[in-house]
Amino acid sequence: MKVMNIIEAVNDALHLEMERNDKVVVFGEDVGGFGGVFRATKGLTDRFGEPRCFNTPIVEQGIIGFAMGLAMNGFKPCPEIQFADYIFPAYDQIVNEVAKSRFRSGNSFTAGMVIRTPYGGGIHGGCYHSQSPEAQFLHTPGIKVVIPSDPYEAKGLLLASLRTDDPILFLEPKRIYRASKCEVPLDDYEIPLGQAQVAREGKDLTLIGWGAQHHQNLEAAKKAEAMGIDVEVLNLRTLNPLDIDTIIASIKKTGKCVVSQEAPKTMGFAAEISALIMEKAFLHLEAPVFRCCGFDTPFANAHEHEYMPDSPRVIKAIKDTYDY
Amino acid sequence: MKFEIETISYLNEDGEIRDGYQKTISDDLLLQAYKIMLQTKRIDERMVTLQRQSIVTFAMPSRGEEASTVVSAAALKPQDWHFYQYREQGAIFMKGFTIQEYCDHMLLNVDDTAKGRQMSNHFGKKELNAVTVSSTLATQIPQAAGCAYAQKLRGEDAVTMCYFAEGAASEGDFHAGLNMAAVTKAPVIFYCRNNHYAISTPSKDQFAGDGIAPRGIGYGMKTYRIDAMDAFAIYDTVQEAREYCAAGNGPVLIEAMAYRIGPHSTADDPSAYRTDDEVAKWEKLCPIERVKKYLIKNNLWSEEQDLEFYNALIEEIEESIAIAKAKPKPGIDSMFNEVYSDIPWNLQEQYDFLKEFTKEESH
Ligand SMILES: Cc1ncc(C[n+]2csc(CCOP(=O)(O)OP(=O)(O)O)c2C)c(N)n1
Ligand SMILES: [Mg+2]
Repeated sequence: MKVMNIIEAVNDALHLEMERNDKVVVFGEDVGGFGGVFRATKGLTDRFGEPRCFNTPIVEQGIIGFAMGLAMNGFKPCPEIQFADYIFPAYDQIVNEVAKSRFRSGNSFTAGMVIRTPYGGGIHGGCYHSQSPEAQFLHTPGIKVVIPSDPYEAKGLLLASLRTDDPILFLEPKRIYRASKCEVPLDDYEIPLGQAQVAREGKDLTLIGWGAQHHQNLEAAKKAEAMGIDVEVLNLRTLNPLDIDTIIASIKKTGKCVVSQEAPKTMGFAAEISALIMEKAFLHLEAPVFRCCGFDTPFANAHEHEYMPDSPRVIKAIKDTYDY
Repeated sequence: MKFEIETISYLNEDGEIRDGYQKTISDDLLLQAYKIMLQTKRIDERMVTLQRQSIVTFAMPSRGEEASTVVSAAALKPQDWHFYQYREQGAIFMKGFTIQEYCDHMLLNVDDTAKGRQMSNHFGKKELNAVTVSSTLATQIPQAAGCAYAQKLRGEDAVTMCYFAEGAASEGDFHAGLNMAAVTKAPVIFYCRNNHYAISTPSKDQFAGDGIAPRGIGYGMKTYRIDAMDAFAIYDTVQEAREYCAAGNGPVLIEAMAYRIGPHSTADDPSAYRTDDEVAKWEKLCPIERVKKYLIKNNLWSEEQDLEFYNALIEEIEESIAIAKAKPKPGIDSMFNEVYSDIPWNLQEQYDFLKEFTKEESH
């Protein structure tokens, strides 16, 4: 065991898997010798050589298309997109190519890869270093979406992702890249995809989140306890495949639910969860599922603090839903 | 195969001009550009310190590229449009953006032209035809082609100046923009600041060919490569390019060779990827010093005047920073208005919620 932050845990997982599987190739803008702007790929070029960890030109569609060519040949590319906000030049390659390759080629050409990218607000990033674009990819059949919320999950989920024969978007919560620290096993371990974590048990209300927001949710649940509300906190870890069983079991117990995400409310993944709960547990609901989300605006730098659905807003959502 | 495109250069590090060269920039304009280069350098230095003091959250210094940005803009006309990448504060100063406006933007206060919505160093001003910076690299390149086409349709004596750098030239949008401008014969100058680095990535990892210039030839457009630490080479070339574009001949690509002497941004530590020696070599080529030496040698300026000007400049900058600091940040409404031309019900609901919530929280 060693205390690590999320960046160190990602770095540790990459070292481990590149050692174990010589088909893993890591590349992206500034990821070579320098080790990436967040230093998540630090030391990989030194350890494994340039052919397996290198700088690319600044061209995201090139990075992802290139990864797909490697994947078709049995390699396991792990490209980095420097910020999730800059994944959009590669949107065509991801949505129309990578995600559909297996299906449209009759399972002949598959595109298993792990696209790592830091996402989310809270670092004074303004319009273009703050976005949470998970919903845009969750709306695309063929790509799995994984979001760790701490170093232990980052390593275990990244190792599991690198051993899955599907394209995976691995979104890393950069707001807590360094702030989130915990003990991480130095050995190999996997956290299976598709399993949510019940981070806190409770009987009055289910609070669902992922990534950096999960920490706001935990804090809100703690404060809610002081107000006499016993909140069960679910940390999804994987958004697709979604652990629907854990969600529904919790709703059947509590009858009330708040889903909290950093991304804008409209058409966010919280809406999908809300609809699923209605379909599968309607008669157990004692209040409408409430969404506590980012506003439906671009990310305004000067008002970042007001924009974020941080714990005070989550507490209000819990109270309103509990008192419904 | 290797293209070898020559680099135009007239003024050396000692402020001496090449034999037979006739300067075309007027003495007055040269002096004005010199002052704005000094202003750019000083403001950049101050913004870095203010970031360390948490007064600004982010800054991108342009040390080494002051002539490249300022003098290129000096060769253009007020009706011309500018599109920026981000490291072109010198160009927008030359176009008329004031020190106060710049400080208001950098501190993201109520008078920021971008209303505090973006990161710092994302300047722009409609009245100056200076288009607000967007962080997404190269997206401005096809937009500049369209903008120039609009100027052509209106039959104006105006061109579009599109700034970007060698790293961004790897993006698909670079190729899209150059090709569209070439086939539509749009009057746009593509001005590529080749400063040898894209964050930590050296040019050798960015492209295998002879820089960016050969790509202009590939797209069928007039192309130049200049020493962008040389004010005269910059001025003459941009001036010539402007005339060529405005006469209806189509776009021009200029590859402006300089060096990013400072860090990529206040979030960057270049010691992790390059040596001090390498940087020192370029520092000696300082584009501002060259002009100063030329001005003094030719009795257009003196050390005394220089000192006097610089002291007054420092004072003006400090005053502007103090004023910017005293201004409040934009109102909370600035988060919800101007997402659309009107405010739809969901935004109104969210705005009302936030007002109410902020009130509750402050109790
Ligand atoms: C589409 C996109 N991808 C990645 C980035 C992250 N990024 C910001 S600046 C930069 C390097 C740009 O280098 P260059 O174009 O040479 O400009 P310079 O900083 O040297 O002026 C990168 C990769 C971005 N802003 N936009
Ligand atoms: Mg560069």
